[in-house]
Amino acid sequence: MMRLPVIEIKHLKKSFDDKEVLKDVNLLCDEGKSTVIVGRSGCGKSVLLKSIIGLIRPEAGEILVDGENIIGMKKNDLFRVRRKFGMLFQGAALFDSLTVAGNVALPLVEHTRLSEEEIRGRVKSKLSMVDLAGAEDKMTSELSGGMRKRVGLARALIMDPKFILYDEPTTGLDPITSAAIDALIRETQARLGLTSIIVTHKMDSAFHVGDSIAMLEGGRIIFSGSIDEFKKSEKKEIRAFCGKTELKAGDER
Amino acid sequence: MIWVLRKTGRQVLNLLQETGRSVMLLAGVVRNAGYLTTHSRLLFSQMMKIGVTSLPLVAVVSLFTGAVSAWQAAYQFQGIVSREMALNFLGAAVSAAILIELAPVLTGLVIAGRVGASLAAELGSMKVTEQVDALEVLAIDPLRFLATPRIFAGTVMLPVLVIYADIIAHIGAVAVAGFLLDLSPRVFFASIQEHFLAHNVTAGIIKALVFGAGTAVIGCSIGLNTKGGAEGVGRSTIKAFVYSSAFILIADYLLAMILF
Repeated sequence: MMRLPVIEIKHLKKSFDDKEVLKDVNLLCDEGKSTVIVGRSGCGKSVLLKSIIGLIRPEAGEILVDGENIIGMKKNDLFRVRRKFGMLFQGAALFDSLTVAGNVALPLVEHTRLSEEEIRGRVKSKLSMVDLAGAEDKMTSELSGGMRKRVGLARALIMDPKFILYDEPTTGLDPITSAAIDALIRETQARLGLTSIIVTHKMDSAFHVGDSIAMLEGGRIIFSGSIDEFKKSEKKEIRAFCGKTELKAGDER
Repeated sequence: MIWVLRKTGRQVLNLLQETGRSVMLLAGVVRNAGYLTTHSRLLFSQMMKIGVTSLPLVAVVSLFTGAVSAWQAAYQFQGIVSREMALNFLGAAVSAAILIELAPVLTGLVIAGRVGASLAAELGSMKVTEQVDALEVLAIDPLRFLATPRIFAGTVMLPVLVIYADIIAHIGAVAVAGFLLDLSPRVFFASIQEHFLAHNVTAGIIKALVFGAGTAVIGCSIGLNTKGGAEGVGRSTIKAFVYSSAFILIADYLLAMILF
């Protein structure tokens, strides 16, 4: 079945001071699929991800979410669009002053009129989904790196979003915990059929969680296609990124 | 020379930028005031944090402020007026100084150090650890959720703290008058009563409202615009204390011109 792009990025540009980070980014993300964006550290992957959800305002281009261009959108409209999204941050970005349950429940408390009991039920169900049943009353300072990511994911899923964004979900985790988080992302994708965008520089992780892959290099998407096509690509940058050829000194930034 | 001009120019621009941001934040907070009617729990927890937990420090500062005011006033009267006249005016003079200047300004400065700086540190660390971004992504406006309860709590609690400081400072003054200056509390309070002006109390409370709002707005604005990791949080904390202290002293002068 043909899938329609639900997130469409056209000619996106973003600079910080004199540095042009995104020069001309074009990307399509299909409905119900997970798109992985890879690239070297500092190439602008996180800037692109944060632009998609309106945390960073690009200078030019379009970001169409379900056909609506979010660039230049008014605050209230942007908040309306954001309610379709969930996002897992690199450091999980949990609220220090709240418990695990408080973190996961916050969007429900702010946006719905559910009773405390209903909220508790939903929080419990999402925490079970990420294998953290019984952790409701823990403070975030008591959690390990992997647990923090799981709580972050539960919070991202609590409003049943249509899209989910992952910013370097396995960075800073050991290989076993990384593999567990990758498996959880894949499982969430399969179970809920969300449209996912995952930013990472870890290739094993990218191949495991992605349906398609895009590579950002020099402020542009230099490749966009299936995982198989990516693996077979003869492009020098892709081969170097996958560790198949070595870049010469001076190629790195 | 050019170096000095450049540095001064940059400082002035920074100050103007911070002022602009604070004014914009205040306008946003006023627009979102209705949010607190449905989220009063957020307001009360900030009122506890800003007001109730400051009570011991304000008590110590006020007690000694009142005590030293009585002692200094008695010393200044020596040789100018007779001892009897000095003691008759002591209560009125010390009370007016406490109500108009000492309690609002010193409590304001204590709160600038304790609350303004801690608001900047708290929100600054939330900003650099992406917690503020996380709120945005969850479609929760940080201005509404973080700044509005803190600024309203600061505005409401500083007048309360100033009234409390007024009382404690009077206790300090009457204690010094009684124990060290041989002035009975009855004479001390009779002097206050004779020269009492309700306007002095009102002026102190108006000052406290302005200082409380200003300190909280500056702390929140600087905190929410923090950049650059732990070092940035440290910079924001110092900046919030310096700017709010300067704001209190400048606003005190302007309010004195307007109110008296």
